[in-house]
Amino acid sequence: MGMFSNRRRSSDDGSFRVVTGAFAALVLLAVAGIGFELSRQSMLSIRRFGMSFWTGTTWDPVSGVFGALPFIWGTLYSSILALLIATPIALGIAIFISELSPRFLRQPLSYLTELLAAIPSIVYGLWGIFVLVPIVRKLELSAPDAIRKLALFKGPPLGVGMGTAALILAVMVIPFTSSVAREILKNVPTAQREAAYALGATRWEAIKVAIGYGKSGIIGSIMLGFGRALGETMAVTMVIGNNPQVTASLFAPQYTMAAVIANEFTEAADDLYLNALVEIGLVLFIITIAINALSRLLIWSMEKRSSRPMAIVPLLEEQPAQ
Amino acid sequence: MTTALSTTPGGLTTGRSTMTTTPTTARLGKITVRHFDFYYGEAKVLHGIDLDIPERQVTALIGPSGCGKSTFVRSINRMNDIIPEARGEGVIEIDGKNIYAGGTDVVELRRRVGMVFQKSNPFPKSIYDNVAYGLKIGGTRNKRALNDAVEKSLQRAALWEEVKDRLQESALALSGGQQQRLCIARALAVDPEILLMDEPASALDPIATTKIEELIWELKENYTIVIVTHNMQQAARVSDLTAFFMLGKVIEFGDTKKIFMNPREKMTEDYVTGRFG
Ligand SMILES: Nc1ncnc2c1ncn2[C@@H]1O[C@H](COP(=O)(O)OP(=O)(O)OP(=O)(O)O)[C@@H](O)[C@H]1O
Ligand SMILES: [Mg+2]
Repeated sequence: MGMFSNRRRSSDDGSFRVVTGAFAALVLLAVAGIGFELSRQSMLSIRRFGMSFWTGTTWDPVSGVFGALPFIWGTLYSSILALLIATPIALGIAIFISELSPRFLRQPLSYLTELLAAIPSIVYGLWGIFVLVPIVRKLELSAPDAIRKLALFKGPPLGVGMGTAALILAVMVIPFTSSVAREILKNVPTAQREAAYALGATRWEAIKVAIGYGKSGIIGSIMLGFGRALGETMAVTMVIGNNPQVTASLFAPQYTMAAVIANEFTEAADDLYLNALVEIGLVLFIITIAINALSRLLIWSMEKRSSRPMAIVPLLEEQPAQ
Repeated sequence: MTTALSTTPGGLTTGRSTMTTTPTTARLGKITVRHFDFYYGEAKVLHGIDLDIPERQVTALIGPSGCGKSTFVRSINRMNDIIPEARGEGVIEIDGKNIYAGGTDVVELRRRVGMVFQKSNPFPKSIYDNVAYGLKIGGTRNKRALNDAVEKSLQRAALWEEVKDRLQESALALSGGQQQRLCIARALAVDPEILLMDEPASALDPIATTKIEELIWELKENYTIVIVTHNMQQAARVSDLTAFFMLGKVIEFGDTKKIFMNPREKMTEDYVTGRFG
């Protein structure tokens, strides 16, 4: 009897593993397939420009010269800015909901932040154009000359530009980061908080313990937001100004990879132009995967540090004098 | 059913069965509990607890599951405060001061009353940082002071020899028994007067359990210890006094020997002998 049930269980395990393994392989295959197809469709441009596609700053469809650096720059710069704005706010929201807010407010607040994530990005774009852009323009116009001279704030006071795009991206990223971070904090065992309280921790110190416990997950939530910002298209296109240039200025109109593909794909008349646009897609694909891999690595090394024995590090300066 | 009794411990007096029905401020021990009730929302789980827990002795709390032992020990450092809808009524005095009086500094209280939990709960930090945590949040910044305290606490918890060469390793790499001793060291590091232990050895193997028991025996020279246990032999081995809880009441409290050999209450006898088989 025992043998039978054992056998059945192990064969269940086997088929379960095959099925889940097949799905995992399918995902890998899809990723590889996308990479392959993007490369194939951009062969013309890859052959023509080689690595200079990544570093070129000219994007001139008329004379057939294509360099993607301004778009790469625009995507990374806007995403990093958005991350800088969104992360503290998102974590603040997560901490408030999971640790500080009265119980009856928790559910409604959670739903509300998740609702923000469900709004289509074109709606954010419209909101950006009608609300955010005029506000930013007013700010730009009222900025004193001394500030306008700084590299960070040079450029025409249009309202559209890098700063506006970063703001709107931040708003779109916040719900993602905050709901994942909230879930992470919620899953921190009560025993961790109790251990802190039992040692005389204040509420804030106990919260810090919970954050420390969920550190790798919280970093994951931030990276999720980053990934979302990298790929965001519609809302950014509507407010960033769509002007390819590499500049630190927040007031200057710039461009992103996703935006240029969306804007120019339908009008790309010749093959090289089309191939160059697909190659931008390939670049975006590679950068996204690289950043995800890096963040995985970061989380993995942190988890390793906190849960497994490290190489023995002698406590040199910390060794008490005997 | 018997009314809750308050008894002076250790055969100091003759009137062991003195009935105490009104709160009194007379100090009979380190921890004086008078008419303490506890509620989770509407549910009343502790009914008029009266106990006098003496200084530098081990007091064991025994009783069937769900009788309120954990609730009671967690009331002594007000750990239950973090449970919403839970509240205590009555008096628990430590050194004559009611810890449930308004204006009590709970953070200060918890530094004086350390706690060790059933399941070891080290922070995902290094061994060193675990032990130093309480001091650090208490404001100790001096490296030397921290080092000394970490070493002393680990020694008291009988863990120093095993970990002194790897203080910077993750605490989660320790075995279950070592983790529990680490948690004891962590509690000792802030130099409490009282140590509350809620089934500290129930998740450990016999050897690790023996280590913890020996430790408790040594610690009582300096600390007042309250320990919850389901293990009758353990209570008999480590404690000076035993309180038998049932359905949220203290049925009997007194010398551990007497509780086990010659209990006054029939219920106590049934429980104690039932467990022995
Ligand atoms: N957080 C809580 N919310 C509501 N009721 C609770 C809570 N914790 C405990 N109780 C209830 O209070 C009563 C006493 O529980 P307690 O945990 O103090 O018992 P115990 O004697 O420690 O039991 P055990 O030996 O199983 O650990 C039980 O009826 C339990 O269901
Ligand atoms: Mg319990």
